[in-house]
Amino acid sequence: MKQLEEYRKKELVVKLADRIAQRSSQPVTLMEVCGGHTLTLHKYGLLSLLPSNITLISGPGCPVCVSGQGFIHALLNIVSDPSVMLATYGDLLRIPSRSRSLETARASGADIRVVYSVMEALALAMEHPKKNVVFAGIGFETTAPLSAAVILQAKEKGLKNFFVYSAHKIMPPALSWICSNTDTISGFIAPGHVTAITGTTMYEELVSKYHVGVVVSGFEPLDMMLAVSMLTDQAETGHYCVENAYRRAVRREGNTRAKQIMAEVFETADANWRGLGVIPGSGLQIRPAYGMYDARRVFRIHEPALPEPEGCLCGRIITGRATPAQCRHFGKTCTPETPVGACMVSHEGACSIWYQFKTPSRL
Amino acid sequence: MCLAVPAKIILIDDTDAIVEIGGVTSPISLALMEEVQVGDYVLVHAGFAIEKVDPEEAEETLRLIREIIGSDLFYLTGE
Repeated sequence: MKQLEEYRKKELVVKLADRIAQRSSQPVTLMEVCGGHTLTLHKYGLLSLLPSNITLISGPGCPVCVSGQGFIHALLNIVSDPSVMLATYGDLLRIPSRSRSLETARASGADIRVVYSVMEALALAMEHPKKNVVFAGIGFETTAPLSAAVILQAKEKGLKNFFVYSAHKIMPPALSWICSNTDTISGFIAPGHVTAITGTTMYEELVSKYHVGVVVSGFEPLDMMLAVSMLTDQAETGHYCVENAYRRAVRREGNTRAKQIMAEVFETADANWRGLGVIPGSGLQIRPAYGMYDARRVFRIHEPALPEPEGCLCGRIITGRATPAQCRHFGKTCTPETPVGACMVSHEGACSIWYQFKTPSRL
Repeated sequence: MCLAVPAKIILIDDTDAIVEIGGVTSPISLALMEEVQVGDYVLVHAGFAIEKVDPEEAEETLRLIREIIGSDLFYLTGE
């Protein structure tokens, strides 16, 4: 799309930042919910363009980062079954759990395949009829419809060796949790691709209940600067509302078909988030009607509540209560080569991003 | 994880499609989409189109931004 170049134009980004500086008269803290947004902010150096009274903190929108230790532990248990072939997105491989990881399990002979899409996991099940192929389903509303669509395809094809271990989560309960546990945030830069599916109305309750602003943003530098500009205006005027700065991809009603498919296969359930604990109704589990594809049920998976590695601040970092630089492991015992916590593993994790772009400890 | 990139649909076969992203073609699923046509732009996430991308709205947002920051930039952007 030819317009995308415009959304990366430095002149427009700088001018918009200047406007924000002119209009900003008070300290404002905004949370960029999505790890993809954290990446854009640091990759393009946007934080250095903003006035010092605007603080941006990272949120829980990195699926790998919010998947608790118990999830990795359960995956390690699953792959110890020689009948199982685990299909997973690559980011999960290196998350440590008690000095083990899926990567070390694979080196020890476990059958673990990295896939780019859940469709590839389905193809593996068709190619290997004697294997029980388990897909590790992580991700938010952006990704959950994909898993749902493939479960419907598995049913249509009559497959009996394809299973999804759903650790899918939904955003609104996590944002409510954050609003209930902190009073410093005046606005959220809402995740553009989650909202492309859900539509913008799901944030209205958050705004009315907690008196915060929500602006849905795309992932180009100009998108994000526009979102910060809108949230700054909301904070300055005290008129908080839901605004859409990503109109080219996000509609008020969202993607109706994707939502229908997601609702057909999944129902909400309590879910454990790293750093946030168990949040009622924040997870997506497979409905009983599709139980034969539910790895939790078929393999009787138990997810134990395991503590975080000692001293690891991932849980506080993804809730905006600490920065990576405040963690004693950061850049020392915890690096992308030797990660201690999940936020250093995922390329959308705040620690990985701070490390990669050498973000100063004080912005 | 929620990374999605805009791509142009160049071929549709039922719920499968071929898209072009930066000069490279790749197969995707249209299982989550309604009413898409060859030539439409879609956001592609992990092998699925998840929503249409509207070039007119992309233009409209740029117009809004230029309005917000003042007319001086019309020269900088060559318009």
